[in-house]
Parts: sequence; structure tokens; C-alpha cells
Amino acid sequence: MGARLLSLVLLLAAWYAGSQLAGARLLPDPQAVATAIIDEARSGALAFNLGATLARVAVAFVIAMALGSVIGLIMGRSRVADRLGDPWLIVLLNLPALVIIVLAYVWAGLTETAAIAAVALNKLPIATVTVREGARSLDRIIVLAYVWAGLTETAAIAAVALNKLPIATVTVREGARSLDRALDDMAQVFRMGAWTRMRHVILPQLAPYLAAAARSGLSLVWKIVLIVELLGRPNGVGFEIGVAFQLFDVTRILAYALAFIAVMLAIETFLVQPLERHVARWRPQPA
Amino acid sequence: MNDTSPAGVHNRLDVSIKQKSFRAASGGKLKVLGELAFSLAGGEVAALVGPSGCGKTTLLRIVAGLDRDFDGRVALPAHGTLGMVFQEPRLLPWRTVEQNVRLAAPQASDAGLDALFQTLGLAAHRDHYPGELSLGLARRVALARAFAVEPDLLLLDEPFVSLDAALAARLRDELAELVNSRPVTTLLVTHDVDEAIGLADRLLLLSVSPARVLAEVPVARPRGAHTADELATMRAEIARRINQAHL
Repeated sequence: MGARLLSLVLLLAAWYAGSQLAGARLLPDPQAVATAIIDEARSGALAFNLGATLARVAVAFVIAMALGSVIGLIMGRSRVADRLGDPWLIVLLNLPALVIIVLAYVWAGLTETAAIAAVALNKLPIATVTVREGARSLDRIIVLAYVWAGLTETAAIAAVALNKLPIATVTVREGARSLDRALDDMAQVFRMGAWTRMRHVILPQLAPYLAAAARSGLSLVWKIVLIVELLGRPNGVGFEIGVAFQLFDVTRILAYALAFIAVMLAIETFLVQPLERHVARWRPQPA
Repeated sequence: MNDTSPAGVHNRLDVSIKQKSFRAASGGKLKVLGELAFSLAGGEVAALVGPSGCGKTTLLRIVAGLDRDFDGRVALPAHGTLGMVFQEPRLLPWRTVEQNVRLAAPQASDAGLDALFQTLGLAAHRDHYPGELSLGLARRVALARAFAVEPDLLLLDEPFVSLDAALAARLRDELAELVNSRPVTTLLVTHDVDEAIGLADRLLLLSVSPARVLAEVPVARPRGAHTADELATMRAEIARRINQAHL
């Protein structure tokens, strides 16, 4: 605990020193960022944007995990399903996130105004270097999005879920492949019903794989949600960061980033870790 | 060409196998069971005795309905409710002792389970997880689970293997007591002649692979009440028959 605190203090000190060196315009000091967070919180914008982003993260995460788990379980248990699904999986895994996002906007959204698409295009450069390079080669598709499509919530969520889906599928498939045949036989001999088998025999064996898929999934999903918001949503943390970038408002960028990191830390501490402890309660503890 | 469905309301176990082969890695077929037939009357305890690797476990898996790829026919007694004790305890590590038993036997009464746990010395361990149990205790849980379903047929696959001799003997006595107090048609697989004599009404001696029945040896009742002399005589007799067959 002491070491952790010291490490945090050192980080703040390094930040402060850095801002003195680089100047407040490039890197505002911690106090300025804290003030910005408080201002945004007072105006209600912080809660509103965090809420919008979290809602998208939650919906996309649930869809991707549920579908990914079911498909992964089927592919891990059935050789035919595995052979049929594997090429699709490889295609999806290697399709860049940006392509999926843009295509989803093109195909699924037809209602909102092109002005929003224009804003989305303006914000494009802030995406990470990889994404930006991908974006350049995709100018044409983005222009199509601009011409044909509004950018709907469904498209945004579908894009994120589709990005996460193949990874959840692959992880759960590994788990399903390693299911214990001996316990299967036991369940069959004792004529356990399908629900009992799923809940008491199969799911506990998949728990570590589901946890791994959920962990990696959560971090992937929220990063992609930010890009989705940057490209085509009128609210959310990604949208705010995009606006702040255009105004070169580094303080606001940091304020939103830190606030969001705090929320994700809270989810990890109060949701993910207690759940993991509950699922692992049967493992003998080191005394 | 096979059938493991429970047939009518008869209490016998009828096993009649023409042959069972596995596909070998080299592409050929490996015959593990030869022509083999036996029946168990209701409440009878029979032991399949044979050398390691002769196909005993394969035979038991066929009777249990876990392996349907064979030529022949298996008719289970009555409703075909099975209780099975595998070579390893095969408990669900993430469920407690009591949950393990109840998941297999959802219809078991509280009083019935109390008595069963009492008999097997598990009363103090109901809320423990299998990882917290010794192998001996875990095997008792596996026994409790098999009896809790009140099976029409009890299948025991070397249930005391890899326990030390004293513990195995004690568990054997407890099992004999359970089988005496709740008569159930039982098929026991073992390579241990003493174990077979101690528990069974009848011994079925199996040959080396591909297995067939060499001889049937009845064991005089009461179960488990043989003198050392009687045991020695029987053991000699069984050894003689097995050797005869090898000649």
C-alpha cells in the first residue's frame, strides 16, 4: 500500500515537473486539470458524457460477450461448427476496427444529418497513428458515409460489438476445447439435465476464460467506443476529446481522460475483482 | 447394431457383446472385446476380474451407455437409473460435497442423505469443497453420490485403486455394508481378487485383451465373511483357472 502511494506521488511529481518544462499550453499541471474536472462536473457535462460513453460500452460489451461466448462454446464443442466458423473468425479478427466502424455507419445509419458526418470527418486526425493511416486509405468509404448516411446509435454499438466479438469467441472456444470429458461422462451417467450441466459442469470450467475475455474485452471496447464517438456521435467522452483537440485544449483532454480512467478503475475494483473472488471461492487458498 | 435402452420392467442386467474395436492410430482396428455375454439377476453383485488393460473399463463404459460404438446389446434393469463410481472420484471441484451429491440426485430426501453421509463418515464434510478432502474422503463422496440416486444398477470401476491397503480395506467393508443394507444390482470391475471376493456374489474372470469371459466363480454367502483359509483356497482356484486359459 505504501509503495503504491509513493508511486502515485512520484507520478504526480513527474507530471508537475514536466508541465513546468513544457509549459502549461502543452502540458497543464495537475492542479489545472483537477480544476477542469471539477468545472466539467459542476456544469453536468462530465456526468452526461461519461454516462453516454459508459452506456455504449455496456451495451456493446454485453452483446459481444454474449454472442462471443455462445459461438465460442459451440465452436469448441463441435468440430463441424469450428471448421465452418473459423474462416469467418479469421476475417473478422483481421478486419481493422475502423473499417467495421465506418461500414456500420454506412450500412446501418440513415437518419441523422450529414453535418454530423462532417464533424466526424473533421475529428478524424485525432485517432491514433495506426487508425489515422487506416483512415487515409479509407477516405472514399468515409466520404460515402458522409454522402449516404447519418450516424445512428445502432451503427455505433454494432460496430463496437462486432470488433469485440471474434476475440471473445476465440477465447471461449479455447476454454470449450479444454472441457473435461471425464466430468461430461459423469454428468451423462447421472442423467443431469441440460441446464444443470451448463450451470454446474460447463460454466465453472469456462469461468477463467470468460473472465479473460471480459477483461481484455472491456479495455478493448471502451477504446473503440471513444473512436466511434469521435467519428460519429454528438456526445460522449470521445466526442469531447475531439472537440478539445480542435481547440487545442490539453487541460480538457486530460480532464476527460483521467475521469474516464477513474471510472474504469472503479469498475475493475468494485465489479470485476469481487466477481472473480466469488467465482474462485472453491479453490484452496494459501494459508 | 446396438441398444442400451432400458427394456421393459425386468430387473436383470443383460449384456451380450459380439465385439468392440477401437480405430488404431496406424489406421487399422484394435479389437479390445471379444464375444462376451453375461447376466445379473436383480440385487446380484458381480465382479469382473481380469488383468490390467484387458478392456474392463471399456466394458463398463459400454454398460453405462458412455460408449455406443460396439456390436451387441445391453439391457439395463428396470428404469435404467445408474449410479457409478469412476476410477477417480470425478467430483465437481467448484461445488461442495453436499451440492455434488444433490446435483446428481435432486430427488434425494434430506433424511436419506443424512443417513448416507452418516454411514460414510461424511457428516462433518458436507460443506467442504472436494479440493479440501483427502483422496479417501473424496472416494466416499463418490460412493455417496452413486448411492444417493438409488440406482437400478450400480457400476464400480476399481473404486479403491491408489488408496493404501488399510484404507482400501476399510472402505471396502463400508461398501459391503451399504450393498447389504440397500440391495442393488451391482457390477464391479477390479484386478484385485480379494476385493472381488469380499464384495461379490459371483466372479466373472476375463481373459487378456480382446477380453472374453473365461469362467464364472460363485462366491458363497455371507459376503465378506470368509476365513483366511477359504480365501486362500479360492484364490488358488481362480489362479488355476486363469492359468489354464492361458495354456
